[in-house]
Amino acid sequence: MLDLTTRIGALELKNPIMPASGTFSEELAEVFDLDLLGAHVTKTITREKRNGNPTPRVCEVQGSMLNSIGIPSKGLEAFKANIIPFYQKYNAPLVVSISAGSADEFARLCTDISVPGVAAIEVNISCPNIEEDGKAFAMRPSSTEAVMRKMRAATDLPLWAKLTPNTGETTEVAKAAEAAGADALVVCNTLLAMAIDIKTRRPKLGNLMGGLSGPAFKPIALRMAYQCAKSVSIPVIGCGGISTIEDAIEYLIAGAAAVQVGTATFIEPTIMARMIEDLKRYLSAQGLNSVRQLIGTVQDGEAADGLVFMEAAP
Amino acid sequence: MSVFAMTENPNRPPAPHLHDVACRVKSNQPVNSDYRQLILEAPAEILSCAPGQFFHLLCPVSQAQKPYLRRPMSIYGYYPEKGELHFLYKVTGTGTAAMAGLQAGDRFTVLGPLGRGFDILPSWQKLLLVARGVGLATLAPLALQARQMGRQLTAICSARSPDFLMSLDYLRELGARVIPVTDEEGSSDTASVRALIEGLIADEGVDAVYTCGSNRLLELLQDIGKAHNIPGQIALEQQMACGLGMCQCCVRGFRRSGQIVHERVCREGPVFDIQEAIGC
Repeated sequence: MLDLTTRIGALELKNPIMPASGTFSEELAEVFDLDLLGAHVTKTITREKRNGNPTPRVCEVQGSMLNSIGIPSKGLEAFKANIIPFYQKYNAPLVVSISAGSADEFARLCTDISVPGVAAIEVNISCPNIEEDGKAFAMRPSSTEAVMRKMRAATDLPLWAKLTPNTGETTEVAKAAEAAGADALVVCNTLLAMAIDIKTRRPKLGNLMGGLSGPAFKPIALRMAYQCAKSVSIPVIGCGGISTIEDAIEYLIAGAAAVQVGTATFIEPTIMARMIEDLKRYLSAQGLNSVRQLIGTVQDGEAADGLVFMEAAP
Repeated sequence: MSVFAMTENPNRPPAPHLHDVACRVKSNQPVNSDYRQLILEAPAEILSCAPGQFFHLLCPVSQAQKPYLRRPMSIYGYYPEKGELHFLYKVTGTGTAAMAGLQAGDRFTVLGPLGRGFDILPSWQKLLLVARGVGLATLAPLALQARQMGRQLTAICSARSPDFLMSLDYLRELGARVIPVTDEEGSSDTASVRALIEGLIADEGVDAVYTCGSNRLLELLQDIGKAHNIPGQIALEQQMACGLGMCQCCVRGFRRSGQIVHERVCREGPVFDIQEAIGC
């Protein structure tokens, strides 16, 4: 019997495959049975209603995409009234992604979303801190620690900190989140990027810049997931460019306890269901009986200790 | 197609009903110098379509063309009786260039049908279609449904030149009165089309208008609709990523109750009330 289960702090997931925030919603239930998934992760919500960024909000680049959606949200009350009840029909745990412009507002939102039906909170601290200089909380260890501490005091639910690749202090930010009480790290959000139409000379996104996601981004996110897994003892959830089971396995070997699949769902809406089947096939073919036999098994040798934490081009 | 197991869960929401199917290409031929028609062999489960709906197409990657995202495309025709799904398209970018390379016998994966299609309300007996360019492809299935419902149909088809007027014979076969207008002949400008429509309204009346493919025609029909109290619908476009309603990429603004609301073209649309629509 294959054991696909994995543990993220207090939560046991029946398999390590879950969606990435922003690439998943109730509509996917029209395509496959969402209870196949290890967990459900909602699009980020804010307390207030928000419209999001101007269009175009998406463009493709070679083998990947850029987006600048801008966190449109129907607000907390609409979320509690409509979205939580929808997911309560499923057995998979519901992880709610939240965002706010200040540490105090993050903390208040944590309290207000800690309601029955919510199994964990993913905190999207890759969003701008509007009380400081607009840089994302997770770009720096100090702002990461400050916001995580306030949220830790505001809820008993597991807190998953979603980190940003737009930092030069990956391991310091990861350690700050852990020190402030994060239960897990999601590594990572999209990488700030740009594309320009050379005919019109206009940026291809309405918001000028946006986040890179998809296969081209995978090696960067994998490197960060590896660095984080090496530097903290809380679970790391790998996220970034995963579009095959081999990609997911790479993250598990790098030290991730589970993975989130995002952009790939846009290309193949049933991909997460297929990856769970492919995972079983892979384990059987390798003569393994548990996903846990893969996690953190990277053969990085003695040199790793000195190299892992460097953030300069070699 | 969903071939995955279902879990045991007595409370589970309705079963999945959308299909992502690798269809066999029957033909993929040019219809004029700009447009091509793709005919797919499609299973019955994806042919319960409504006029105005679309499919999300997984365009093939080749050495020359490397589309990454899927491309949404409105349905040109769906024929459950012969198991066919038709698309009419113009090669404008990477995705459509990739589609142009499809050969008979190739597999082409399509997700759908998606979105909300056109309405034909019981009181809408005399219908007017006003289409420009490839917008006609979107309105063609509506013409067929209008015929099946026994509605009276007039179609004003606008294009750059007579060569780019497509489907006129098809529309005539469906019993539509077809009025071609073109830039080349100087009959497609707003004033001329306005006079044409005002004439139709005065002579025999129009209960509802439908359009697709032109901002200019949208504004004209909004204007005429307000003046004569004639309802209408429009099929809109927007860049999409998921096509299902998850990603929030394809929003557009709409005028509703004195404010601008944002809706997803893939989910709340692509068909919208003509008075609420805002051109781009």
